[in-house]
Amino acid sequence: MNDFTYHAPTSLDDALAALRGAEGGTLIAGGQSLLPIMKLNLAAPTDVVSLAGVAGLDGISDDGDSVTVGAMCTHAQVAGSAAVQGRIPALAAMADGIGDAQVRNAGTIGGSLAHNDPAADYPAACVALGATIVTDRREIASDDYFQGMFMTALEDDEIITAVRFPVPARAAYAKFANPASKYAVAGVMVADGPAGVRVAVTGASGDGVFRMAGMEAALGGSFSAEAVAGIGVSSDGMLSDTAAGAEYRAHLVAVMAKRAVEACG
Amino acid sequence: MPTVRMTVNGMERSGTVEGRTLLVDFLREHLGLTGTHVGCDTSQCGACVVHVNGSSVKSCTCLAVQADGADVTTIEGLANGADLHPMQEAFREHHGLQCGFCTPGMVMSAVDLANRDSDPSEHDVREWLEGNLCRCTGYHNIVKAVQAGARAMGGGS
Repeated sequence: MNDFTYHAPTSLDDALAALRGAEGGTLIAGGQSLLPIMKLNLAAPTDVVSLAGVAGLDGISDDGDSVTVGAMCTHAQVAGSAAVQGRIPALAAMADGIGDAQVRNAGTIGGSLAHNDPAADYPAACVALGATIVTDRREIASDDYFQGMFMTALEDDEIITAVRFPVPARAAYAKFANPASKYAVAGVMVADGPAGVRVAVTGASGDGVFRMAGMEAALGGSFSAEAVAGIGVSSDGMLSDTAAGAEYRAHLVAVMAKRAVEACG
Repeated sequence: MPTVRMTVNGMERSGTVEGRTLLVDFLREHLGLTGTHVGCDTSQCGACVVHVNGSSVKSCTCLAVQADGADVTTIEGLANGADLHPMQEAFREHHGLQCGFCTPGMVMSAVDLANRDSDPSEHDVREWLEGNLCRCTGYHNIVKAVQAGARAMGGGS
């Protein structure tokens, strides 16, 4: 890992100033994605600006129609939150299945979303639940936020402050996990919420999270596993690697979708 | 170069590090606490697990500067003099190790679990140890040791 200058600001303004003043700066939240890629020299920032001490990025609140999760909340905090467990249990369960216990103790929702790994779990949850990504300057709908593998709508100096999840009537996440990394080989979140039925897939496509319009329409007509059982999933654009080939991934998407619908009860 | 200060095993420690210095390297190279091991250096094996502010984390995937001001506990901080910590004693009693390389991380991870659940099921233990790899034991005795250690701790470390 190349050396860098470390900044530990205590306010968003100071964090933005540090980031803007750096030649090649980056933000660090929990570091569970960033540090591994820095070790590989896939990222070599001149400056690393920590958000750990920035006020106002923590906490989870039940706002009635929605649950708002602070960007620096760890996966363990989301999984263990009474508000999330009570209002959106599928989100708590999803967070509890990320990586391993130590990764969940350090990794954050904001960091995961800013990184947008194509096999991360949160993108599927955000898109299916119709979450809003709140930043230091605006609110971004999930449908607009994710823009392909490791690509997001964030500007270079934009900081996620929170994520707002509308409370669905029912939702569930089913993941076929890579046995070593626990990243999704194929993960499907199904949600029946204020924006209707949404089906979002992660891990399967080289372009990152995507929605299954055919399944959404079928579930809108009849919310049952049988409704999605007959819907084929194309392997076009699916990832193919040592964990799973494109055809197998396409098959897994269909299976995970069915399981997620069943788990909705 | 940044100076970091943290409480390590109850003692105030400080040192001058590079920004890129990993917490595990600060513990091992600067403080001489070599009980925390580096196995994979890719946050998969868990040999480097320590507690930061009471939660188990992988110290190979944490910068020393991120732990500035934190309360850190390593494997060296568990025993009380010659008296092993209940979780260490359980690993000895149940032969929860062979070569021992993964053991410091296993024990630190297990203590975090026991602090949350004083009577974890076999399934709970196996799920919790997802991020701790052992290439000798086949986990059977580790799981038994963690369950016994958790019960011996009685909900407190």
